[in-house]
Order: sequence, then structure tokens, then C-alpha cells
Amino acid sequence: MIARQDCDVLVIGGGCAALCAAIAARQRGADVLMIDHAPFTWRGGNTRHARNFRIAHDEADDYVPGRYPAAAFAADLARVAPDGDAALAALLAQHSLTLTNWLRAQSVRLQRRGRGVMPWSQRTAFFAGGGKAAMDTLYATARRLGIPILHDTEACGIECAGDRVTAVEVAHQGAMVKLRAASVIACCGGHQANRDWLREGFGAAADAIAVRGMGYAQGRLLRALINAGAVTVGDPGRGHIVAVDARGPAVDGGIVTRLECIPYGIVVDCDAQRFADEGGDTARTHYARWGERLLAAPGQHATLILDRSALARAASTAFAPLRAPTIEALAELIDLDGAALRKTVDRYNAAIVPADPNAPESWRAMALLPPKSAQALPISTPPFAAFPLQPGITFTHYGVAVDGSLRVRRDNAPPFANLFAAGMIMAANVLPRGYLAGLGVTISAVFGRLAGEEAARHAGR
Amino acid sequence: MQADDATEEAERALRLCSACMFCDDYCAVFPAIAGKHDYSLADVSYLANLCHNCRGCYHACQYAPPHAFAVNLPQALARVRSRSYAGFARPRWLGRAFAHNATIVALVSALCVLAVLLVADPATLLSASSGEGAFYRVVPREIMVGGALAALALSLTTLALGVAAFWRAIAPDGSRAALLRALPRALADAVTLRYLGGGDGGCGDRIEAPSRLRRLYHHLMVGGLALSFAATAVGAYYHRWLGWEAPYPLLSLPVGLGAVGGVLMLLGASGLIMQKIRANCTPSATETLPGDYALLVLIIGNAASGLALLAWRSTAAMGLLLTLHLGLVLALFLLLPVSKLVHAPFRFAALWRAAVERDQCGSRHRQD
Repeated sequence: MIARQDCDVLVIGGGCAALCAAIAARQRGADVLMIDHAPFTWRGGNTRHARNFRIAHDEADDYVPGRYPAAAFAADLARVAPDGDAALAALLAQHSLTLTNWLRAQSVRLQRRGRGVMPWSQRTAFFAGGGKAAMDTLYATARRLGIPILHDTEACGIECAGDRVTAVEVAHQGAMVKLRAASVIACCGGHQANRDWLREGFGAAADAIAVRGMGYAQGRLLRALINAGAVTVGDPGRGHIVAVDARGPAVDGGIVTRLECIPYGIVVDCDAQRFADEGGDTARTHYARWGERLLAAPGQHATLILDRSALARAASTAFAPLRAPTIEALAELIDLDGAALRKTVDRYNAAIVPADPNAPESWRAMALLPPKSAQALPISTPPFAAFPLQPGITFTHYGVAVDGSLRVRRDNAPPFANLFAAGMIMAANVLPRGYLAGLGVTISAVFGRLAGEEAARHAGR
Repeated sequence: MQADDATEEAERALRLCSACMFCDDYCAVFPAIAGKHDYSLADVSYLANLCHNCRGCYHACQYAPPHAFAVNLPQALARVRSRSYAGFARPRWLGRAFAHNATIVALVSALCVLAVLLVADPATLLSASSGEGAFYRVVPREIMVGGALAALALSLTTLALGVAAFWRAIAPDGSRAALLRALPRALADAVTLRYLGGGDGGCGDRIEAPSRLRRLYHHLMVGGLALSFAATAVGAYYHRWLGWEAPYPLLSLPVGLGAVGGVLMLLGASGLIMQKIRANCTPSATETLPGDYALLVLIIGNAASGLALLAWRSTAAMGLLLTLHLGLVLALFLLLPVSKLVHAPFRFAALWRAAVERDQCGSRHRQD
């Protein structure tokens, strides 16, 4: 049982947004307390699984090539999420300009351009070693700044008086404790790991969804804020859902279980029938489209079928594909009807209109229903390979609405005076739908930092 | 070398790493597995020796235990690495020496000291003797030089056979010209211990504090060994061509080189032992640690006995100190192919292949 504490700024959460908020508030002189639902071992929130973050920059530097003006950043955001809050999007893009310098000042190491072998990007900078390394570094910085951090401590509810949060109810070591602070910052993420809540949004199909991130994103504080009158944004039935390997864990599979090789093969359902155009979108983010398709598939399950040459073009996968010398033997491995799968593959192969052998994207099989509009290469070289597919959720497009100072907005009333939100709990303000590479970390770091400064200012620091 | 649990575990971890690649700027291992689907046994032992065991990737790993994926790449590769030392040892029965390596190192050291004692002249062993040729009155020069050269020749031949077997297994596809082109880079990577971390893009025992200490200690130790070897070479030159006999004056080149070399070896090897003791051993293959410690202690023994001999060479202790020093040097020579020392040529072979593959790979096309 911890003693009742009073601090200037109470930061709720243990990921990138919380760390940036806590550090920024502390650097303004505030007494900060940080509480995280996750135990020490699992600290860092979903940024453990993140790698890069989107930043605007006016010139090339050690970490990003070319230039990416803030206006272009905001325009990209408006393209994928036209119904987002334009003012907040502009704020995000503007403050992303100084993000790398700020993170580096907190000792976070970034990957220099030209190092490593990952595809470089003009729009995103990379953490050296990935998000867990970066979060561990920020924890070390927070500790050095004298910020006390309580793990295994979940914020469950809030008490309000008028437009102020007077106390936060916290579960800590089996007891409920009330914490009081001049300012409170909610940085504890969305509800994507809360199966019951997912079922409200996605129906029974939710049971088949793998949670790609940490299991601690239960959304308990989000629910409490909504109950206390916070305005919501986005839709709890919408999320960034991708195709992942069905052999991965139910929670915390992270980046490695995603399958990027879908366009090279065909995807069949449990009746061994194709149900979507695998070549319809061959951009690198195509796997995000497959989330919805898998959710709609019977049993939310499907199988990607490749042959040897397709597999050779595929990126590395966390699990070895199931392999067999014939289509029938492969069908047996994946519990499909051998004859049906053979028929589907034969019909697909027969429908292919060959084109330039050096340009696989121009091969099509348009006579089929559904057609395959690109990358329609025959599935003919053994061994044949299969990957079982399952939908995996990264985050929900749902959260609380905030104003330009990151204060949580209330229904028919001015915003909470001392309650701020940053990170994925408010990401839907700027990203109520869709996805942009590296946006999650940027939302967390930029808004976390701004919320930390704002909260410290509110606390008189 | 045979497939076993260790190589399978390494393959499982490498597969997950290749799908993740967050660590791709840490060292040469990650670029070497980019885009790979399948790993031959040779690939796994190549990668195991390419790993410098800096453990940075373990600390950065989102999938490290207790995660369900339980990725512990440094440990998995360390296990395969020690198996590769044993598996590629030639003649093959020598590989068994890696099973209880600390015992072997201790035993060989003791036997070597004993052997030198047996050839020493008992009359001079416990009496003070100084002036030109004093050392050779304890152990005759022919035996001293002949024994050392024979031991070194035997060890180097054995080691060369083992390294050649390893190289044949892992050699990259590529022309002789490609190999030569990659050689300078491979040498530079090996000599500078580029992948032993610290500094920009490097790694340390902890993410928050990348440290160059381990690399520094290793440099000190290897530098010390090199200086000591140079001292011996200069001594041989003095004796053979100038006719000056050891012991040499304090202000002579052999004594200067040997003294500085000895101190550096002491500092480096002790530093490495301290680093090992302090390090979190979760990402280590703990069964390989005793052999590592044994070799470091032997190196310390070499340096300390040499320095002690210098300090007390005009006292009655000289005879015993000389036999101890010669015995330990002999042990170090003999243990070359059956101790942690083999990591040097094995790792160099791996670095060479990595340098060749890097050249072949050129710059990949990248997209957003």
C-alpha cells in the first residue's frame, strides 16, 4: 500500500506518450509521478513493438534524407483521415520538426542513415535497436530526472468536481488508492486488448483477433473518462487490423507475425475458395487491407498459398511456412479439402494471362471471380507453402477528444481544466481511420511532450 | 558439425530476428540474415561466429524472455559457437577438449610447468644467479627455444587445419578477386573489434549505457600479447645476430616491450574478467564461461609470472619464476587450438565472409 501522494503532475501510462509527458513536465520543474499498469518487465507500452516515427523536416540530416515539410505531413494525414481534427494534425506535423532533436537530448539513440539494411524512408526516423531500446533509454532518463515510477499500478477511475479531476483511483498491490495531483495526464492507450470491449465493436469475430501489442491496453481509464463526460472521437468498431500468422500468440506478437507476401500467392478460406483480389493493392501496407477481409471470412481464418518461387520473393517470416511437395499434401497439412484446393489452384493457374517475365506486377488473372489484378504468377513449383492467416489488431480508431492544449473535452461544457490526454488514447483526434507508417510514436511523443509542458504550466510550474 | 538442439534453437531465433530486424544497425549478424528463409548448418555456425557476443540485441529485444517467443540470440549463438569450435577441431578428437575446457586449460598449464621443472637444472633452480646467460643455466637455451618452437608449430598446424575446415564449410560464393577485395575490410573489422559495440550504433551490456570498456580491455590485452611477442622476437634477434644473451638490462628494448606488454595484458585480462563478473549472464551461454575464465586466468598468469621474473630475477626466486613463466607460456602455445583462443581465427573467417557478402549485396533499393 502506498501512501496518499500529492504531486504536481500525475502521468498515467508507461509507454512513449507517458515518458515524454513525464520528462517534459519534470524539465519544467514539476513534481511528477508516473504510474503504469504493466509490470517493470513489460514496461514501454506498445512502443516496445514500434520501430520508426514520422517526422517533418525541412532538410536532410543524419537520420532522414530529403525534406518532408510539415504541410506535406499534414496533407498525408488529411488524405488517409479526412475527418481528423485539422488543427491538431497541423500541431502534430509542426512539432514533429523538433522531435528527433528532443529525443536525442533525452539520450535516445537513432539509426543513422545508411546504416543497417532496412528500407530507408524519407518520412520516418528509426530508433537504433527499436522501440524497446528507446523506451528503456527514456526510463533511464526519467529515473535520472528523479521521476518516481510505479509499475503494476492501474488507473481505474477518476473523481471530478466541476471541470476538475480531484482524484484518480488506482489499483496498486491489491488495494485501491486515491492519488491527487494538480494536473493529470492520461497516456495509457486505447482498449484494443480488452476482449469484451472489442466484442462490443466487432461482434463475435473479435474473439479471433490477435492483439499485436501489449495485453495491458485494457482501456479502463478510457472508459472512466467517457463515463465522466469526456467527448469521444472515432469509432470503437474500427481499428488498424492486419493479416498476421495464425500461429502467433494471442497477445503481444508485435511486428514479426505480420505477413507481407500475400500479393505473391492466393488466399483461400476454409472451403479452399479465393475471396479477394490478392493483387489489388501491392503497396507495402497492403496487409492492412486484409484485416477487414479476414474479419469477414468464415471463422476469421484463411490460408495464404504460395509456391517455391513466390516464397523466394517473400520477406522473412517469423514462422517457417508449412511446406508439402503437392497441393493435395499441403491441403492435408492445413485441414482443407485436397480436391477443392487443387481445383482452385488449377483454375487460378489457367486464368493467368502471362506478360513480361521481368514484371510480375503486370501478370493478371482477370477472368476469375474475384480476379487477381497483379502479381498473378502461376502456383506451380513445388514445394508448395502455406501460411495460416488471422486478423491482428494494432490499435482502435477510438478515444477521447482533446482541444489544442491537449485538455480532454467534455460534452456540452468547457474542457476539463486539469485533465490532459496524449498518445493512443487520443490518437483518433488526428487519425479517426486509416494508417500512416510511424504515426503512432509521433502522436505519442509530440502530444506527450506538449501535454507534459501544458500540465506543468497548469500546475504553476 | 552436427545439427542439435542448440543449432535448432539458433535457427528459430534467427528466423524471428530476420522477420523483425530492429537491430539491423547493431552488428554484421543482422544484415547477414536479411531476407533469409532457410538456414543451413553452415549458415548457423557462420552467424554464430560473426556474433561478437556484445549482447546489445538481447537488451533491445521486444521478444526476449519472458515473452512467449523467448528470443535470446546471443545465448543461442554462443552455444552454437562453442559447438563449432569443437565440431571443426582437427584432428576431430581434439574437439572433446571443449567439453570441460576449464579443466583442460588448468591441466595443460600444470603439466607444462611440471615439464619445464623436470628439464630445469636442479642445482640452479633455488640459487641466485645473474649476469649474461643466467636464464640458460636454469633451462638450457636449446630446450627452451626448441620446445617453444615445437609447441607453437604443432599448435599452429592443428589450428590451421581446424580453421580451414571451418572456412570450407562457410566460404562464400565468390571469386578469389572478390575475396581479396573484401580482405582489407574484414581485417579492419577484426582488428578494431568494430562489432564489440560502444559508441554510435554500437551496443553495451545495457541499452542506457552503451559501453566501450569491453573493447578497450580486449585491445589492451591483445596489444599486451603483441608487445610481449615482440619482446621475444627482439630477444631472439639480439641473441642470434648480436650475440647478446638474456637477461637483458632493464633499459633494453626486450625488457621494455615485455614489461609494458605484461602490464597491458594484466590490465586487459583483469578488466575482461571484471566485465564478465559484472555482466548480466542471462544472455550468455553460462556453460562456456569457465573455459573463458580459465584462459583469461592463464593469460594473467603469463603476464604476472613474466613481470615477477623481471622484478626478482637477481634473487634466488629467479629459477622457480623462470620455470613457472616458461611453463605457462608453453601452455598458452599448446592450448591455441583447444581453448577460447580459437575464437580469433573463427571470427575473422566469419567477418571475411560478411565483408564479401556486403560487397556483393551492394545497395538495396528502398522505399517508404
